[in-house]
Amino acid sequence: MEPMKDLTHTRAVPKAINWNRLQDDKDLEIWNRLTVNFWLPEKVPLSNDIQSWSQLTPEEQTLTIRVFTGLTLLDTIQNAVGAPTLMQDAITPHEEAVLSNIAFMEAVHARSYSSVFSTLCQTTEVDEAFRWSAENEHLQAKSRLILGEYDATSSPLRKKVASVFLESFLFYSGFYLPMHWSSRARLTNTADLIRLIIRDEAIHGYYIGYKFQRGMERVSEAERQEIKDFAFGLLFDLYDIEARYTEQLYDGLGLTEDVKNFLHYNANKALQNLGFEALFPEETCRVNPAIMAALSPGSDENHDFFSGSGSSYVIGKAVATQDEDWDF
Amino acid sequence: MAGLVYYSSRSGNTARLMERLGLSSLRLGSGDPTVEASAPFVLVTPTFADGEGRGAVPKPVIRFLNNARNRGLIRGVIAGGNRNFGATFALAGQVIATKCNVPLLYKFELAGTETDIIRIRTGLARFWAAQESQTCLTQA
Repeated sequence: MEPMKDLTHTRAVPKAINWNRLQDDKDLEIWNRLTVNFWLPEKVPLSNDIQSWSQLTPEEQTLTIRVFTGLTLLDTIQNAVGAPTLMQDAITPHEEAVLSNIAFMEAVHARSYSSVFSTLCQTTEVDEAFRWSAENEHLQAKSRLILGEYDATSSPLRKKVASVFLESFLFYSGFYLPMHWSSRARLTNTADLIRLIIRDEAIHGYYIGYKFQRGMERVSEAERQEIKDFAFGLLFDLYDIEARYTEQLYDGLGLTEDVKNFLHYNANKALQNLGFEALFPEETCRVNPAIMAALSPGSDENHDFFSGSGSSYVIGKAVATQDEDWDF
Repeated sequence: MAGLVYYSSRSGNTARLMERLGLSSLRLGSGDPTVEASAPFVLVTPTFADGEGRGAVPKPVIRFLNNARNRGLIRGVIAGGNRNFGATFALAGQVIATKCNVPLLYKFELAGTETDIIRIRTGLARFWAAQESQTCLTQA
């Protein structure tokens, strides 16, 4: 028998969102940044990489496709589960709107990898790589750990921790490879596309980490300590998996140690997004300068005027400004 | 002794860097009436640029530098950011350095690392010492 509709559980009508009455300025700031940064893979001329792709060895091609299916899986999780589940915990209506943007951009990211595939690869190779990712124990293990925290019974703060680790840490075992190719002038257009994704994920990790810090202000000191212990514990567990995943992918190219330094560096940044101190000692975070340069081309890698290495500063370039036109 | 002026949004990255630096400093608030500097200072600021580099300098920093007296006392800038933003990493520092005709002294990511703290601390001490000896020479 069909049960009668229970009216007491009917969803409350939300208040219409008013962007001119903000509870948190950060919501509008991030909304503006995300919407201005909006992009689609069609904007990147991926077909210019066809020749470069053909110069990779079959092993390098297989590795690249596999890495990209792994990244696609993370984007799929964040699009379909991560961002929507965070929306339920949103404190302000504007936060909910920002998260809907984040959810959609994750779908754009996931879709982008398929654009790379359809431009550069054979269908059979791609199908094989998707099968590989569905069966890969490490990829599946990290997905399960994250999804376990996205479960409805998990606390809002734990969900945000898991989400920041996905956005700011788990992607980087994959992002390393296109940055590596780019540093050797390979697949440079694909690298441009990946850099757009990296830029988005940086804002996502920052914003979710920011909301996490606001949430931490509302709970007791004991609870804060408990959440912090949980966060470091989860990071250790994820790192274990990432280390094995990295070895499996990169041992063949002899890049494992280099990738691990990149992971440590990004794990520390993920913790900073949450407002926590670094975990990995700096000597384990020395990322290959070629990878750093690929990550932020045009930005002086090690700018330090203090030690005399800040060569990019040219004092004579300054323009005389009037007080009244000091408005930038 | 010259000082430090900084801005940090509620994400707290720059504030955490300043706390670990342990030097006396003046924090710019978001909505405060305009703060006035009384001595030469180095400015520490995060970067908020979009993909095109627009909006790099936080509004409270703009308001502070809009005051000609403050602008006259700035001696250098240290900027925070994130290398994941590519060419716009720590762009606020470059914009302010160019506008105010002062050196961009250092760039750091998020809340900085231990190495950043050490470099900024020793770098600032040397920088101010050099500034003072320059002032003496000019006066002599």
